[in-house]
Amino acid sequence: MLRLLFHTQLSLGLAQAATVAVTAMIVAWFATRRGAAIGREIPFALLRGLIQILLIGVLLALLLRGPWWTSIPLLLVMIFTAASIVRRRVPELPRAYSLSLLCMCAGAGGVIAFMTLFGIIDPKITMLIPVGSMVIAQNMNIQSLFLNRFLGELRSHRGEIESALALGASPEHAAAPYLRAAFHASLIPATDNLRSLGIVWIPGIMAGMVLSGSSPVYAALYQFVVLAMIFTAGGLSCLTATYLAPRRVFTPYQQLRQLG
Amino acid sequence: MLYCKSSIMNPIVLESVQLSRALDGPNGRKSLLSDISFRLERGQVLVVLGPSGAGKSTLLRLLNRLDEPTGGQVLLDGRNYLEIDPRELRRRVGMVMQRAYLFPGTAAMNIGYGPAQHGMALTDAQIGELLEQVGMQGYADRNVATLSGGEAQRISIARALANGPEVLLLDEPTSALDDASKQGVERLLATIVRERHATCVWVTHDVAQAARVADLVLRVEAGAAVALGTPQELLHA
Ligand SMILES: Nc1ncnc2c1ncn2[C@@H]1O[C@H](COP(=O)(O)OP(=O)(O)O)[C@@H](O)[C@H]1O
Ligand SMILES: [Mg+2]
Repeated sequence: MLRLLFHTQLSLGLAQAATVAVTAMIVAWFATRRGAAIGREIPFALLRGLIQILLIGVLLALLLRGPWWTSIPLLLVMIFTAASIVRRRVPELPRAYSLSLLCMCAGAGGVIAFMTLFGIIDPKITMLIPVGSMVIAQNMNIQSLFLNRFLGELRSHRGEIESALALGASPEHAAAPYLRAAFHASLIPATDNLRSLGIVWIPGIMAGMVLSGSSPVYAALYQFVVLAMIFTAGGLSCLTATYLAPRRVFTPYQQLRQLG
Repeated sequence: MLYCKSSIMNPIVLESVQLSRALDGPNGRKSLLSDISFRLERGQVLVVLGPSGAGKSTLLRLLNRLDEPTGGQVLLDGRNYLEIDPRELRRRVGMVMQRAYLFPGTAAMNIGYGPAQHGMALTDAQIGELLEQVGMQGYADRNVATLSGGEAQRISIARALANGPEVLLLDEPTSALDDASKQGVERLLATIVRERHATCVWVTHDVAQAARVADLVLRVEAGAAVALGTPQELLHA
């Protein structure tokens, strides 16, 4: 229908974006009416997302001819931004920014570097940026889930944790069951994505590669590669968090901090 | 009798000197507890009385350093407790809280938790003995999720005793229980405290029980000590 009204690719794209944005806002409006506080954030999140992705589109168009290494600062900016978004989800956690930055450098950063070194990601901007950004974005979600769940567990099990400390347990030992719960919960979506791949879910990158002329079998394999990288990066960053997070929630004298 | 030798050398086991805690809040500095001082000889029981919100739990949490003091000091066997590793301190100063907060698993696993933290495993006989002390013979393999409130609190008492603490902190250990189990647990604690000659700081609302076990009574109101004396002075007035 929109195709009949808009004839250039740009105007068509804008019209399509506006239509889905309006639909999403209607859903957000209903969510707010049902008392979900997140509904209020959605219009801004939509607008922000649209502007950012447009800017990146323009930037990519400019950078495509640049040398491959220009993607390194770009990916770094993405990781730094992702860390600040994670921090906003857990404002009560002391030094959450440096924690999520370190964890995602180990996770997404480590995986992207390793995979590029071994030729699994082509060292070209057109490859590094889209694939890297997918790994970083999913790592950010996984990291948020992890810290959110961990803090929730600490709040609801303060009595058990302080009982363990009072019996002479180390903070790491006292917090271990809750780190495990957070680790498990944060990797559920990525695991479910792998499990449902191709059956419930045919992700975008595969469609894109087929559209741009790759063989469907290679596109399928590569989609698997990307999801496996997302899983590995998320797992690595949460693993790092299990070592670093206890230091943020306990004092040097092994007391559980007041969180929020 | 084992205590005699060291009590000649240092009769004071636990001493609190102007112990205080204040917190920086949005409305400036808020004092939770200020200038609490007392001395406890080995085997003495200090009963702490006071209305809800007076700072009684804060006092106990300072004594095993679950919270950090902002003033004053605590001496354990004559030594400033800030110099003792917090984990060792908490083994030596055991605590029973208002609720049991048992760890998922069996009663035996809960009782062995403290010793396991420094690499020691209790024998079945030792676990049986601790269970017997709290009137829970035969419960070693019970899943703690199936225990009643009173039974759970008995296990948590055995769990605290398993570390062989020199000082026992009891924070209203029966206030969350129903009336039927309350009396039983209260009486059990009185027996344990007397038989073990435990040095003990006991927060309770049961004034009659306090009168029976206390060597010293401390009344706290709004974070300050309003009276410290013998039960004869403070409870029979
Ligand atoms: N972490 C905390 N932050 C701020 N206020 C606290 C904190 N812990 C306790 N308080 C306050 O300190 C006072 C004493 O609390 P508490 O020691 O639990 O009293 P009690 O055990 O005598 O009922 C109360 O007013 C309580 O609200
Ligand atoms: Mg209390």
